[in-house]
Amino acid sequence: MSRKIRLREALREAMSEEMRRDPNVLIMGEEVALYNGAYKVSQGMLEEFGAKRVIDTPIAELGFTAIGVGAATAGLRPIIEFMTWNFAVLAFDQIVNHAAKIYSMSAGQINCPIVFRGPTGAAGQLGQQHSQTFESWMANVPGLKVVSTVNPYDAKGLLKTAIRDNDPVCFMESEVCYSDEGEVPTDEYLIPLGVADVKRQGTDVTLVSFNKMVKVCLSAADELAKMGISAEVVDLRSIRPLDHETVIKSVKKTNRLVVVDESWPFAGVSAEVCYRVQKYAFDYLDAPITRVNGADTSVPFSSTLVDAWMPNPEKVIKAVKAVMYR
Amino acid sequence: MAKKTKTTANTATTFSKETYLQWFEMMYRIRRFEEQAFMVYQVQRKIRGFLHLCIGQEAIYAGMMSACRPDDAWITAYRQHGTALAKGISPRAAMAELFGKYTGNVKGKGGSMHYFDASLRYYGGHGIVGGQIGLGAGIALADQYQGKDSVTLCLFGDGAARQGMLHEAYNMAMTWKLPVIYICENNKYAMGTSVERTSNVQDIYKLGLGYEMPSYQVDGMNPEAVHEAIAKAAQHAREGKGPTFLEINTYRYKGHSMSDPSKYRTKDEEKAYKEQDPIMVVERKLLSLGMEQTALDALREQINAEIADSIDFADKSPLPPATELYTDNYTQADYPFIMD
Ligand SMILES: Cc1ncc(C[n+]2csc(CCOP(=O)(O)OP(=O)(O)O)c2C)c(N)n1
Ligand SMILES: [Mg+2]
Repeated sequence: MSRKIRLREALREAMSEEMRRDPNVLIMGEEVALYNGAYKVSQGMLEEFGAKRVIDTPIAELGFTAIGVGAATAGLRPIIEFMTWNFAVLAFDQIVNHAAKIYSMSAGQINCPIVFRGPTGAAGQLGQQHSQTFESWMANVPGLKVVSTVNPYDAKGLLKTAIRDNDPVCFMESEVCYSDEGEVPTDEYLIPLGVADVKRQGTDVTLVSFNKMVKVCLSAADELAKMGISAEVVDLRSIRPLDHETVIKSVKKTNRLVVVDESWPFAGVSAEVCYRVQKYAFDYLDAPITRVNGADTSVPFSSTLVDAWMPNPEKVIKAVKAVMYR
Repeated sequence: MAKKTKTTANTATTFSKETYLQWFEMMYRIRRFEEQAFMVYQVQRKIRGFLHLCIGQEAIYAGMMSACRPDDAWITAYRQHGTALAKGISPRAAMAELFGKYTGNVKGKGGSMHYFDASLRYYGGHGIVGGQIGLGAGIALADQYQGKDSVTLCLFGDGAARQGMLHEAYNMAMTWKLPVIYICENNKYAMGTSVERTSNVQDIYKLGLGYEMPSYQVDGMNPEAVHEAIAKAAQHAREGKGPTFLEINTYRYKGHSMSDPSKYRTKDEEKAYKEQDPIMVVERKLLSLGMEQTALDALREQINAEIADSIDFADKSPLPPATELYTDNYTQADYPFIMD
């Protein structure tokens, strides 16, 4: 049995089910309780679980993240909600210097089962400071796991796994997709971290992406089909660990690859995917890999500049034509 | 030792009719600008993204304007249309920026949250809560270092007062006697979170006392009180005595941004503040000083026309060309961007 629910509901179900299952799971963040979440992800959770487990914090990202990390090392399994990942930058010290390293520093005596979650990426005309993606930043750090998805089915199964994971997991969503609907089973299910998903089968070219760029790839694939080009769309879902096997399997079939990643191009996820594919599927490539990223600039406010900055289906189609020499 | 002094409407200074008129004009300009921007957002939908309105808080900017010198630097957060207009950014440049137009004060690149004007020493419009508390101390350090006697006015909200940045910056600003005036615009809420719900200490000025920073509460519905507090703090800073912290009590009449229905507060609370509305209070004062009602109405009409013109200007202005994406990222003109 399944039904259509929104991304925000899928995330909420994941958290609520895990909180019912394990009394040590709690959620903490700005506006999560009384206001029901800035984007209504935690709607109703205060009512069900009470103020002990659904905790409103002051605007003090470094402090409440540190409290979450400390609590995780002492037996709790906190979910730290960042209103957006742009604000998590203030807490990177705790995530990068502390959460990621405590297990190593303590020689395996103390682990840190914590989830840091919130929306990432550009969400329209919000300007330079509110339009950034952070997958590559976090995925660069050994000790952290990184998930990035906007698909309601994937989000629920992956978030439940992330909450049960014994290591720190950075979980990235998108505020422009919280109302997206998708089929989600009524029965419990889990999705393992580190497994990509082929969202559309194809034979001519592989499009690899994650988070809301998967939607861009799927609409590009629809257009490409009309031109007689069959595109396979691979959704990475987990960024670290990265399932390069699924990508390579697809490339071995299509012989062409375009990576679509909203992040900045320099040293990003797209660069990592390109490296692995050239290493493990070099002989299968019929054209150099191409990528479509957000522009190598800050994201300004004006609509013309946001449009110029963002990857979109047209840019993806152009890149596909380039790798197909069409 | 620093202590609390409640400044009230009965301030020691007497102000001239011209000053009241200046306040009235600026406060009404800010209010009209924002009310019209609100309409453009809701009805014509020509403004997008965040739009944080400061309606109700105008007396702070009026008092800052009259108590400061043009060479004093101002820096604030994203709720900044009032600050920017009071510092001298024109309604045309400000409105065009909201529209994301090329004629905006930052070429349509910043929008509502990020106004800047270097020539006016307006250091922005910042979107990461609390970041500017440190930046303000840094601007003050540069002035002090270069032997200037300008001061920096650094504004932030009651919510921002909970960031660790406040403590680090206050300690250094006091230790180094930096010429900075910290202004906490306490409008009682950070989004939907009231001051009571996020702190054991509800009188925010007390946060300065741990650093022995002179710290006061000020009535922010009253430009006289704001002016007096800032004039005193500015003199203190110019004399090399260092920072002052002013917790200015105020109220935002509208929601946090456009999508906030403000369900977390009561009609009575809103009413209580609207009864002390600074524009209304200053208007009454002007009438008591012999101003004609007709003259004030004419001034209102003139400002209404000015704001209507700013909307017309913004509407007719061009959008920035897509090539602007690659300008203003680096000062280096031929910076080699990754283009593929
Ligand atoms: C570091 C950071 N955390 C969270 C946010 C999201 N946010 C934007 S405004 C705001 C409330 C700030 O309240 P306050 O400082 O009182 O200023 P006001 O909006 O009342 O002017 C929050 C939580 C942000 N922009 N930056
Ligand atoms: Mg506030």
